Amino acid sequence: MVDNKLLTASASPHVRTRDTTRIIMLDVLIALTPSLIASVILFGLRSLAVTAVSIASCVLFEYLSRKAMRRANTIGDLSAAVTGMILAFNLPSTIPFWMVVFGAAIAIIVVKQMFGGIGQNFVNPALLARIVLMVSFPKAMLASWATPFAWRSDTPDAVTSATPLAILKTGEGTLPALLNMCFAKAGCLGEVCAAALLLGGVYLMIRRVISPIIPFCYIGTVGMCMLLYGFAQKENAFLFTAYELLSGGLMLGAFFMATDYATSPISSRGKVIFAVGCGLLTCLIRLFGNMNEGVSFSILLMNILVPHIERLTVPRPFGVEKEKKPRKDKKEVQPS
Amino acid sequence: MGNAIPHVRSAVGKIRGGVHVQHHKNTADQEIVRLPAPDKVVIPMQMNIGAPCAPIVNVGDTVSIGQVIGDTTAFVSTPVHASISGTVTAVGDITLANGVSSRAVTIESDGEMRLFEGLEPPKADTREELIAAVRASGLVGLGGAGFPSHVKLGFKPGTVDTLIVNAAECEPYITVDNRECIENSWDVLSGIQILKEILQIPRVVIAIEKNKPKAITILSSIASQIEKTKGEISVMQLRSVYPQGAEKVMIYSATGRRVPAGKLPSDVGCLVMNVASVAFIARYIKSGKPLVSRSLTVDGSAICTPQNVRVPIGMIIGDIIEHCGGFKVTPHKIITGGPMMGLAVISTDIPVMKQNNAILAFSKEDGLKKETDCINCGRCASACPMNLQASVIARLAKTGDAQALIRAGANVCMECGSCAFSCPAGRPLVQNMRLAKSIIREAAKSNG
Repeated sequence: MVDNKLLTASASPHVRTRDTTRIIMLDVLIALTPSLIASVILFGLRSLAVTAVSIASCVLFEYLSRKAMRRANTIGDLSAAVTGMILAFNLPSTIPFWMVVFGAAIAIIVVKQMFGGIGQNFVNPALLARIVLMVSFPKAMLASWATPFAWRSDTPDAVTSATPLAILKTGEGTLPALLNMCFAKAGCLGEVCAAALLLGGVYLMIRRVISPIIPFCYIGTVGMCMLLYGFAQKENAFLFTAYELLSGGLMLGAFFMATDYATSPISSRGKVIFAVGCGLLTCLIRLFGNMNEGVSFSILLMNILVPHIERLTVPRPFGVEKEKKPRKDKKEVQPS
Repeated sequence: MGNAIPHVRSAVGKIRGGVHVQHHKNTADQEIVRLPAPDKVVIPMQMNIGAPCAPIVNVGDTVSIGQVIGDTTAFVSTPVHASISGTVTAVGDITLANGVSSRAVTIESDGEMRLFEGLEPPKADTREELIAAVRASGLVGLGGAGFPSHVKLGFKPGTVDTLIVNAAECEPYITVDNRECIENSWDVLSGIQILKEILQIPRVVIAIEKNKPKAITILSSIASQIEKTKGEISVMQLRSVYPQGAEKVMIYSATGRRVPAGKLPSDVGCLVMNVASVAFIARYIKSGKPLVSRSLTVDGSAICTPQNVRVPIGMIIGDIIEHCGGFKVTPHKIITGGPMMGLAVISTDIPVMKQNNAILAFSKEDGLKKETDCINCGRCASACPMNLQASVIARLAKTGDAQALIRAGANVCMECGSCAFSCPAGRPLVQNMRLAKSIIREAAKSNG
């Protein structure tokens, strides 16, 4: 007979999905890997080193801050590793290592753990770290991009100060060929191969880790706006739009940063509003702003609006009718 | 292959959300086996939603199958009958699977399985007679909820235009409704005809999930043989997605109508009955033998020989498991009902009730998931068939704000468990929903 004391009593449901936070984060790491490989091909082992330092320091800071706060150790959920990888992807491959460690501290200690750890951060940790680094070390962050494939040539340390976005904006210098835009352009180490990012994004959508709404609406909005601007201002609107879509951190941002669970709405309508907002802000910054790149700031600004978007887009439960607002001119007379 | 069968219609509405749970319909081809009479049964007086019955027999009384042993004058309740013949040896309190304490009558078998002499087919020619007969039969919804069936049938004449016979059986493992469709298909059809004619319901839909092709084939071929219905009775196949069998989900799938929050199926012209309940009504009208036994699926990783069995109400689940070869490994969790909505019991010493449709026993490997922090992935919200945001309601429940919980729709939740099933962080979302509802109830109480 059965020993009743060994039976588990728990609330239904008694079966659960096999997916865990760790599996989701592992999927994100897998999705980011093609871009890392592309980056190593373009910029050499320096890319790999920056990524390794970033991941290692993020995981270490996560471990230490949880320890300091006397809370359960969470490095096993791999979220710190994801933050580390995304942070590295937002840095130039030439960046000094100590800056990477500094950025990781900002991301994990300040943005993530000080606000309560996973799921509680109000902005994307990697993004805010990037912005802090950008304003702190503009030279290292914004003016020394390694030239693709230079590490294999006679001038391994060749740097350029012009990313395609800078050229698009100022009109000075020559843009790379469109094919190079897809596979190999100058820029942060993770954003340089649009094809690899797209591959990773599609993987995440197939695995249902992310919904297609945010990337689709974000990239779509940028595409539409750039096309309109192109028709008004440029000779070849389509070419201009193509360059804009493939430039900078748009692909990285749309697939991997704007889709961050903690800092994007959960309702579909909310996701649309959020992503369109990101797209509009990106275009405004890129076209009319002071800076070349607008993806980081636009996602950051929309991150801050997420609680409000969520509140405005709570879906109507099944069978609950839309509340009819009483019209003033047809005031019902209350029977007295 | 389902589409090839004539007379089978497809769903009208497509519900949002839901989850794909592994079906585990291991016993789908196992005929229902009638177990030999147990030595004793313990029959609870509370086997339905609503008022409990009071025992009307005393220790030492001799009872036989079908004899009323508990009754009440309350409307939302059904009488309780003896399920074996023998002697009443105890009338006392027991703790049911849900933790509620109930009066119960213990009967020791005399081994004869004698039928009560007063049983005769009831008169059921009019609506009132049918409702009275169904109440007297002790029938409650056999699909799991245990709502007294006669209350459902008491809708205002002419307000219901569709009878939906629920054979979705969307819970994993359970296959007794599937077997009912296959083995007692004529009972199902004659039950439908009785309800249709007496209650004057113009249209009947037998709704079955696509993963039961055999049941679909048999019922649709019988339905098409009934000439005079002229296609008024049809079989509808539904997507195999949990919780397809939930009442509001089922109504939407079958008719495209949405039951407003806080309203009943009859408010949108529907009556939903479990397929086993419908078949039982047919048998009861013919024989007058009340609800004294029911079919159960016994399955799970810890059960030696999983099978479908027919047992007297009140049989101890430990005895039933013994008949199924006992445990092959130490059970870690035993559930009455399905794994999505069933109750985990803390003892095998509890009786089978009218609304139980399965006994499942699982070994250690199927243990609980570790609970970690919410990552705000929103999977609970995409899984919810009622379009609720479980993670948001869970956070709100911690604040205790009843008004905010009402606005968030916590009362609409039917506790199907889709949210908790799909949560990668293993959050106790169903408990949080129950907490939310109790906060709303308490607030309503204190406001008078």
